[in-house]
Amino acid sequence: MKHTIAILVKDHPGVLARVSSLFNRRRFNIESIAAGHSEKKGITRITIVTEGDENILEQITKQLNKLVDVLRVRDLPKGTSVERELALIKVRTKSTDQRTEIMQLIEAFRGHIVDIGKQALTIEITGTQEKINAKLKLLESFGILEISRTGKVSLSRGATRILN
Amino acid sequence: MKLSGTEIVVECLKREKVKVVFGIPGGAIMPLYDTIDKKSSFTHILTKHEQGAVHAADGYARASGNVGVCFATSGPGATNLVTGLANAYLDSIPLVAFTGQVISPLIGTDAFQEVDITGITIPITKNNYLVMDVKDLASTIKEAFYLARTGRPGPVLIDFPKDVQVAKTDFHYPEKDKYSGYRPTLKGNLNQIKKAAKAIQEAKKPLIYAGGGIINSNASPELQELVKKTNIPVTTTLMGLGGFPEDHPLSLGMLGMHGLYCANVSISEADLIIALGTRFDDRVTGNIKKFCPKAKFIHVDIDPAEISKNIKISIPIVGDVKYVLAKLNQLVEPKKEKEWLERITELKEKNPLQYQRDDQLRPQYIIEKLDKLTKGDAIVVTDVGQHQMWAAQYYQYRYPRSFITSGGLGTMGFGLPSAIGAQFGAPKKRVVCIAGDGGFQMNVQELATVVKHKLPIILIIMNNGYLGMVRQWQELFFKKRYASTSLDGSPDFAQLVQVYGGKGIRVTTKNDLDSALSKALSGNEFVLLDCIIPPEENVFPMVSPGEAINNMLEGNQS
Repeated sequence: MKHTIAILVKDHPGVLARVSSLFNRRRFNIESIAAGHSEKKGITRITIVTEGDENILEQITKQLNKLVDVLRVRDLPKGTSVERELALIKVRTKSTDQRTEIMQLIEAFRGHIVDIGKQALTIEITGTQEKINAKLKLLESFGILEISRTGKVSLSRGATRILN
Repeated sequence: MKLSGTEIVVECLKREKVKVVFGIPGGAIMPLYDTIDKKSSFTHILTKHEQGAVHAADGYARASGNVGVCFATSGPGATNLVTGLANAYLDSIPLVAFTGQVISPLIGTDAFQEVDITGITIPITKNNYLVMDVKDLASTIKEAFYLARTGRPGPVLIDFPKDVQVAKTDFHYPEKDKYSGYRPTLKGNLNQIKKAAKAIQEAKKPLIYAGGGIINSNASPELQELVKKTNIPVTTTLMGLGGFPEDHPLSLGMLGMHGLYCANVSISEADLIIALGTRFDDRVTGNIKKFCPKAKFIHVDIDPAEISKNIKISIPIVGDVKYVLAKLNQLVEPKKEKEWLERITELKEKNPLQYQRDDQLRPQYIIEKLDKLTKGDAIVVTDVGQHQMWAAQYYQYRYPRSFITSGGLGTMGFGLPSAIGAQFGAPKKRVVCIAGDGGFQMNVQELATVVKHKLPIILIIMNNGYLGMVRQWQELFFKKRYASTSLDGSPDFAQLVQVYGGKGIRVTTKNDLDSALSKALSGNEFVLLDCIIPPEENVFPMVSPGEAINNMLEGNQS
């Protein structure tokens, strides 16, 4: 079973290495990892998507909590949180017709064109991982040149916060 | 007044009441050595290898209960600490290691003697630091000592570049001992403790399984009180030896792969296991699927991550075992399970440890003799291998911190340097180091340190000419193909130690041993006893890998 874990860490050098080293050493799997500033200065928020049963999730949480730079660890279940990922997709365009076709498609699924060249278009899509995967499938037939995905980020619904 | 980085280190160590530091200088840590040569409140002991320094700091911590400290230079000096840090990490021993680093502008350039030691030691330290600004140094040292000794203790490493060592700043030692992200739970949840008391009340066949946490938290008096009140028998792990007096009628001795028959069988029959400061290691549980099939578990540990890691626990209690037991002792009702105790007595009496008691000098005899002569009033330090298991089985440990051994990592070469540290940590105690001829030679250079400081260590080498434990496994599981286990070509150790300036005696008979050991114990100087023992002597009982722990090989008995 997949889990999304939010980890608040002190913004220290090497803190990502500590977190990823722990996952590696204990043979926990990392499907995606995203890190960036949190609402509080000096604190970074890391979102990790991992796979495992309840026991593994419990061990991951406990082991992460043992790291001194880790301040909070929360499992964010799908039903009670909003999840998004951003993808940039560079697609080959061979003709004006094809370009128009792609642009209509993008509009239909609320993506944005962020770069247009003679032979390629770059599209930005935001959504759940499932949504992005579905769009990628649609674009495949045009010829995808490059993809860059952020990995999932997630927040719990409502007014609750991890850090008080 | 402004202090340099190295003066700050000296000042901080003074405030942490550090008495002894073990280490070796080198390029990147020369400013620190220059400073301590001028003025410091601690003694610096120069070992002959950085591994010797870190093991000595470890032995010091185990014998004294204080944080052990060691120094090393950058690059190879730092990497030579790695084994010792891993050793301390696996046995939860409080250490602070300082390593010099190349000057900050050179970091990351593969400079001479540069390694990323903080990167290397992430998985084997409780925490580590690369201090890039002298202003952060004092608070980092404060935090390092606090982390090392509190909660589940462990090693912490501080790496600091040479330019940070000489840079100056105002000195301020923070008073705080609270750190966000680090708050060990000490007291234990009262409701859980109540549940534990109730479970103990209801149990017909309760058994205490106590580990190194009893020693680390100085909880031996509380454990003894619990037993006094409830008459529950106690088995200890290798790390827990000394945590409960083994001459007590309810002591079952060590359990596990080379555990005592009565310990392994009793725990397998128990209906309630009270696990205290221990972590269900594979050497203890054997095949975990077959471990204590009839039992319910209470588990007290300060590290929440140990609870339900290897086995599902019905009553978990996160807390310092000393606090938790003190509370439990107030809540628990006196009890005595007569039938169970009769069964325990029967198991104990019918299945004592056995070996061939003939004219030959056998290793078990040596340990028994040591036990008789010292009556438990010594610090027994071991290396790793067969002799370690015999020392665990045949000596009766009566006091906490009287047994020092490399449990989790199983580090050959640990014995001699950690005995040095133990002697500095407990100067009034008689330190007896027991080593095999294999492990002894892995840090043999520290003989020079023993002689130089006139440490009255008694070093007993159980010399069977083999890497004995590996030889035993080859005999039992590899069709007696003794691949690379013969130590043929080793020097005469009694002569070797004389070259270092120490006294050495070659011991080949029981009579030799009796007189040499008595003499060594009545004297007060370093002596090495090179005891020649039969190579085919094996450690029994033994649980084969993958077996349930009550399924033991009995081996060569009289």
